[in-house]
Order: sequence, then structure tokens, then C-alpha cells
Amino acid sequence: MTDNTTDHNKGEGAEGPDRVIGTPSSAEGDRLVASSADPHSEHEGPFPAEETHARPEEMQRKGEKVAAAWFTLAFLGGIIFFVGYFAFSSTEIAEPRIAQYSNVTLGGGLALALFGIGAGMTVWARRVMPHYDVSTPYDELPSSPEEKGSFGDFFMKGAAESGFTKRPLMRRTLLLAMAPLGLAPIVLLRDTGPLPGDTLKHTLWKKGMRMVVEGTEREGEATWIRAEDLGNAPGGMISALPYVQPTEEHPHGLSLNEQAKTVILLIKVGEDEWKPGMTEQQLNWTHDGIVAYSKICTHVGCPAALYEQGTHRILCPCHQSTFDAADGAKVVFGPAHRPLPQLPITVDDEGYLVADGDFSSPVGPTFWDVEKED
Amino acid sequence: MSRTTQAPKGLRATGNFIDDRFHVAKSGEKNLRKVFPNHWSFMLGEIALYSFIILLLTGVFLTLWFKPSMTEVVYDGSYERLQGVVMSEAYASTLHIDFDVRGGFLVRQIHHWAALIFVASLVAHMLRVFFTGAFRKPREINWLIGIAIFVLAILEGLFGYSLPDDLPSGMGIRILQGVMLSLPVIGTYVSMFLFGGEFPGEDIIPRLYMLHILLIPGILLALIVAHFMILWHQKHTQYPGRGRTEKKVVGVPMFPAFAVKAGGFFFFVFAVTVAFSAFVQINPIHLFGPFSPTSITSGLQPDWYMGFMEGALRIFPNWFDFTIFGYAVPTGVLVPALVIPGILFTGLAVWPFLEAWITGDKRHHNVADRPRNAPVRTGVGMAGITFYGLLWMAGSNDILSETFSLNLYGTTWFFRFAIFIGPVLAFVITKRICLGLQRRDRATLAHGYESGTIQQLPSGEYIEVHKESPDEMVHVLRSKEPLDRTDTEDVDENGVEAPSARGLRGRLRTALAHWYTKDNVSFEGVEPHSGHHGQHEEIAPEQAETATR
Ligand code: HEM
Ligand code: FES
Repeated sequence: MTDNTTDHNKGEGAEGPDRVIGTPSSAEGDRLVASSADPHSEHEGPFPAEETHARPEEMQRKGEKVAAAWFTLAFLGGIIFFVGYFAFSSTEIAEPRIAQYSNVTLGGGLALALFGIGAGMTVWARRVMPHYDVSTPYDELPSSPEEKGSFGDFFMKGAAESGFTKRPLMRRTLLLAMAPLGLAPIVLLRDTGPLPGDTLKHTLWKKGMRMVVEGTEREGEATWIRAEDLGNAPGGMISALPYVQPTEEHPHGLSLNEQAKTVILLIKVGEDEWKPGMTEQQLNWTHDGIVAYSKICTHVGCPAALYEQGTHRILCPCHQSTFDAADGAKVVFGPAHRPLPQLPITVDDEGYLVADGDFSSPVGPTFWDVEKED
Repeated sequence: MSRTTQAPKGLRATGNFIDDRFHVAKSGEKNLRKVFPNHWSFMLGEIALYSFIILLLTGVFLTLWFKPSMTEVVYDGSYERLQGVVMSEAYASTLHIDFDVRGGFLVRQIHHWAALIFVASLVAHMLRVFFTGAFRKPREINWLIGIAIFVLAILEGLFGYSLPDDLPSGMGIRILQGVMLSLPVIGTYVSMFLFGGEFPGEDIIPRLYMLHILLIPGILLALIVAHFMILWHQKHTQYPGRGRTEKKVVGVPMFPAFAVKAGGFFFFVFAVTVAFSAFVQINPIHLFGPFSPTSITSGLQPDWYMGFMEGALRIFPNWFDFTIFGYAVPTGVLVPALVIPGILFTGLAVWPFLEAWITGDKRHHNVADRPRNAPVRTGVGMAGITFYGLLWMAGSNDILSETFSLNLYGTTWFFRFAIFIGPVLAFVITKRICLGLQRRDRATLAHGYESGTIQQLPSGEYIEVHKESPDEMVHVLRSKEPLDRTDTEDVDENGVEAPSARGLRGRLRTALAHWYTKDNVSFEGVEPHSGHHGQHEEIAPEQAETATR
């Protein structure tokens, strides 16, 4: 094989492209029409002509037509997009079905427009433009020893001249001066949030607080949960929140933060179904076979929302931690470690279920000092 | 070179205007002449670049209406089904984009599809670079930049996914917060500071918004620019073939051919993304409803690139959780969420340096390895893919269990075992296949390829005719280099161990070098079509060519 640096590129030295001489590859169009004796004579491109396998005129003409067809199609796609935009007004698309039509027309039109341009350009590159490979040398990467030496020499002289190495007092005080500035941004981040303190260990639940079904309108006494309600609850489980007077700011009465910590599962287990693992105290916290656990998984905090009545198992759908409701919500499978915290419950004089204090342990994902008493 | 073409006057004037100020004629020509080697796998990185551009364009459009606010409002917008529902302003404004802004629905879908395609193409691109050894000297820095882009892209996607504040998106943040809490000592502080208090608070979405539209895209953009400047300077690697050497790159010039091809390809990528967005609905937040920390739907799936972490969280057991002086260390969260991804990304980052240390290979490499010619690397890569793939599948074990009516806990146990066995199997099998291919390559090089034609010899014997391999094939086959091996130099002629082989490190390195190279099939001395093994001799490509004539 031969390498030639072309005169075309005079003055550029090694940077300029060389040509690779080789037999044309068998890709269609590389070969030139047999009739023309010197196939390259007419072609004058930016790269050495002998290298270039110009497409036969026949093929180029066809290529042009095909590319033009694609571009025309792309134009039509663009038109469809505009038609779609004005056909469905911004009030009509409030209806999801219409929004879908609008989405399909706009998207379909746009996709067609883009695809047409892409396809047309590809045909242009493949059928109209000549095909050739060129080559350039890779740059020599390490500098020559002289260059390196010269640089090192220059740099060290400069550094010495600046006195940075020779004058330690100046150097050290400068570094000292930088230190507070480096720390400042970290200190400035302090007010991004309050210190944890013991906030993670307590919730809003207080002795005597009534409960409402989570996710319903929380107005009026009719929604307060009674012990009997558990008998009719589908699946033997109710997801509940403490009742708090709704406010302007929190139409649900509770902020999301409070909901995230106070939400409980009320589960009817049945007096004779408790497992021996339940302590006396834990049984005291139940009422008439009803037990309340935090709904927030102790793994990383998803709501453990699935309950299987027959087995009394609570399943967290995120990573499938499974807790046994008849056994103090101990973990029976999965990545969670701590049992779901239990909420002591009882009934008040009017027969409504109420909390009898705060949770037995901190709610939610396990953290560093979760087991430390304050 | 007879005809000189004059640029039209307007173009010349513009060119002169610029050149008068920047002196760019020479470097401009050099850059337009830049050579791009041809191979389909070089398009993977291009897809990543183009989808990033699409993300920038569509992202800016979305910011025109999106309100990063967690203030609770009662929805009274135009989407009827949710009227009267309490939700955050962020969610309400996303509904506004969907149902009041023409094309808003589409642009949201494009943004999300492009995000999925962006990360997917990054992975594919990275695997290409890994398996062909394109990360080797001098391209290690670009490999590291690539890893940084990959990690940031995943974070960027996670944060974007969290912005609309619909049910699944809030669950993503919830899990993020749970993981933060698990950090020993600082966990509660990190969480309180990032969320401005307890979960979910009112600050997290505005803060993620800043990260999502400003900080991370800014860093990504800078890294991508650096990636391309380095690539431009060092030039692409190329696959082996005629004329392609360590010294010279062969391919299509930037101008005109590559520019038109690449331009066309950009439109293709954009078209495919838009077509998906028009016809395949993704993240229909209006059906999921607003975030509430108290409710969840089962079968929840994060975006695909978070799947491996989800899977790790699912199958890692709680057996190793411990307390120290009464303080809890939940390894059941820490390991799957932080340690495993940490190992994965650190492993990727150090691999080029580890490999060079093991083999002692200090050479520059511009010609890509064929994966079979580096069997251990290829095996390790496949083991990594298997590990990642199994975690990813474990991330949808509930869906697998439901679809194939399997026991849910059974699937967990399956993955707990498979995660150890799978990668080992993948390594062994891949290495075998590579070595088999090497042997076949050597035979092909020596005897030509099997033509499939059977001939009967006068003696009555049947043979299969071997045809001479075409020139190009010979070049590709001969690209296999002998693997460097440091430990062979470790004993001098007196049998004394060289210092580099002594000590624990030296021994480890020797053992690893042995492991890395021991089974490799040697092509030394194999002459093309010689039919027998000649004596050892370096053959210049020119001679090789004559040999085939
Ligand atoms: C560079 C990579 C990026 C990735 C991977 C990414 C990813 C995402 C994802 C997955 C979503 C959720 C979309 C959904 O609701 O279905 C999202 C939302 C959003 N992104 Fe990005 N994004 C990127 C860059 C940007 C940029 C540069 C901007 C703005 C300058 C931007 C602006 C937004 C906005 C405003 C939203 C919320 C609106 C909505 O969800 O509809 N994104 N992003
Ligand atoms: S959050 Fe419940 S299992 Fe992970």
C-alpha cells in the first residue's frame, strides 16, 4: 500500500490528510460506470480525486429525486403539525380524549417532519455525494524531551522569580487567608434547615385524639372512627389519620409533614389470634382486638399499604418488607429491620376510637439515634 | 487541482470578516478535514449527544409554565377529574402544561422519552468503549469524564422525575430521604438540611428544580464540551482493518460527508423520540394523582435507570443491621443504596488504571481491541452486565411474580442466589467463547476460511476447501496483539526476582497478570495462509499483503 501526501495540502505538513489507496469496497455505487475509462477525471473534490469514487450521474439523479421526495414529505409533516395546533384549541384539550388527539397530530406531524429531513439527508449523503475514506495521522502525544525540558525550565524560573517558594511567610499567610473563605460556603448552608433535635422521634398523636379515615373529606363528626367500623371495613383494615380542625392553609387539617408521620393502619386482629410474641404492654395498647400501627415502612418510608386479612400480614409494596400484625408488626420477610411502631389506642366516653399516647417508637426509616431515649 | 472554486461574494465577505478578527483559515480547514472512522457503534455516543440537545430544548419550554412550588392548592383547573382535589402547585402546573398548553403534553412526553434514551445511549456507548478497550491510554481521562456524565445523568433524571409531584415521583423522593436518614451520624442532619425540615416539607421541589434546570445541566454541559474537545484532539479510536494503524486514522472527513450524515442522524434520533412521545404514553401524571405521603399504588416502577438500585434495595436482607453503642446502622439500606452503586461506579472508574497496572501496558492505543482478543476484560464486562441486569430485574420482582404467577418471596430468594452465581457463570462462559473465537481466528488466518465446498480427493478422501481470506479479513485478524505481561520480565537472567515482583503487591500483580493472560491464544508466527506455523517474525503489513497475493 502506498501513502501520498497530496500537494493540495502543501504547507500543512503532517496535519494534512493522506489518501489511502485501495481497491474500492464492494458497497453499491462505489464502482463506476464501466463505459467511462478514467472515472475520476471529472470529479474535483476537496480531497484527492484518485481517491474519490463519485456516484454515477444516473444514481445521483435518482438520489436527488428520492431526497427531494423525503424533504417534501417532511414539509407535509410540518404542515400537519400546524394544522394540529390550530385544529384543537387550548380549551378543547382539557378533555383527555381530545388532548390525546392533539398529542398524536402534533407529535405525528413533527415526527414525520423530522424523519423526512433525516431520511432525505441520508439519501443525499449516500447517493449523491461521492464516497471515499481519507486518513490523517494521530498526533504524537508526548511532547519531545526538548519541549518538555524547556517548559519545565521556564516554569521553575518563573516560579522562583515570583518568590512564592522563597518567601514562606507570605505564602503561609495567603493560605491562611484562604481558609475562612473556603469554609464560608459550608457555613452559609447551615440555614437550609433546622437541626434534627428530637423532631423525628415524636408525632402529633396525643392522648384522646380522634381518628378519621385517610383520604376522605374530614369534616363533621360522622367521619370519626368507632370500634364497630372495623367490623365493616373491607379487608379488615382502615388507613387513618388523627382528626384536626381543617384550616385555610391545610384543607385536610394536617400538613403533609404531619400526615407523613401520623398515618396509621387500624387492623382488627381478634382477641384470640394474638401471637405469643405480643407483650402485655402491647396487648394493653390494643382495644377489643383492634391494633394500630404506623403505616410508614421502617425500611425507607413508603406507606406499607397492603394487608392480607387471613395471615394478618402487612406488606410494603416498595421492597416487600412484610410485617405480622398479630405479632407486634415484627418483620417476617424483607429488608426492613424494626417493627412498625405501635400506636396505643382506646375508646373515649362517646365510643370513638382515640389515641392513648404517641407511638411506641420513632416512625419511618431507621436513623442513627432512632433507639436512643431523649 | 486545476479548478479553483471561488466562494460566492457574500460567503467570502463573512469569512474574511471572521478571519480578520480570529485568524482561523488554517485551523478551520484542519477541523473540517477531521476524520471520523466509520462504524455503527460510534453512533451510540452521538445518540447521547443528540438526546441531550433535545432535553435542553424541551426543558426550556417546560420551564415557561412549570411552577416549582409545594404550596397546597385546591385544584380548579380544566382537567375535570381532579377538580376540588388538594395538591401542590407543582402538580397543578404540570396538569396545566398537559391540558391547557397546546403541545405541552407532547413536549413533556418528549422530555421524558429523551431522558430515558439519553441514559440508555450513555450505557450502550460506555459498553462499546469498555469492550473495545477504547478507554486505554491515552483516553483514560475521557473515560472518567464519561463516568461523571453518567452519574450526573442518573441524578438529573431522578430529580426531574421528582418535579411534577405526582404519586410515583413523590415516592422516589421519599425513598431518597429514607436512604439519607440511614447514613451514620450525619443522616438526620443531611435530610433536615436538604428538605428544610421534615419530609416532605415545602422546600424540596424548589431545590431540586434549581439542581435540575441549572446546576446539573450546567455541569453536564461543561463535561460534555470537555469530552468532545478531548475527543477532537486525540481523535477517535478505530476498528482494525486495511490501512488503519496506531499512527493513522482512516474514515470519512468532517466536511462534507460526515456533517451531512451526522446532521441526518440527529433528525432521525429526534424523529424517533417524537414518534414515541406521540404514540406511546409515558408518565401520565394525571392518572397517578398528586403525591400524598400516606398512599401508594402497588407495582410502582421507577424510570429504568433507577431499577438496579430498587432491585438492590429489594433483595438485600436485614441480616447485617447492627447497633453500635445503641446507635443504629441499617446496612439493609446503606449497602444496597450506597455501597453497591458505589462499588459499581468506582469499579468502572478505576478499571483502565487497574488493567494497565496488571498487564504493565504503557503503550498508546488507537486501534480498538476486538472483544474476543481481551477475554478477561470481556468476561469481566459481561459479569458486570449480568450483575447489573439481575439487580435491575429484581427491581420488578413483584411484576415478574404476578405475570408468571411465582411466589413473591421465591423470586427474592432466586435473585439473592443469582446475584452471586450469575456473574461468575457469565465470566466463565464469555471467556470460553472468546478463546474459542481466537482459536478459530488463528485457523482462519493460517488456512483461510471454510468455504463450505466439499471436494473429493483422488485418494477418495473428502475435504472442505479452505478459501484464502480476503485482504480486509487478514488485516482484522492480524490486529491481535500479544498481551503485555509484566511478570515475564520479573525474573532476570540469573533467576533473581525483579523488585517489582517482590512483596505482597508484586505477588498480587504477578498473579493477576497470570490470570489475565494465561489462556490467551498466541498468534505469534502464524503466517496468513501458510497452512503451518512459521517461525516467529514481525511482519509488516506491506509484506502481509504480498503474502496474500
Ligand atoms: C440533561 C438531562 C435532563 C434529564 C435526564 C431530564 C429529565 C427529566 C425528567 C425525567 C422529568 C420528568 C418529566 C415528566 O414529568 O414526565 C423532567 C422534568 C422537567 N425538566 Fe428535565 N431533564 C433534563 C434536563 C432539563 C433541562 C436542561 C431543563 C430546563 C432548562 C429541564 C426542565 C424540566 C422541567 C421544568 C421539568 C418539570 C416539568 C414536567 O415534569 O413536566 N430539564 N426532566
Ligand atoms: S420502604 Fe417498605 S420495604 Fe422498602
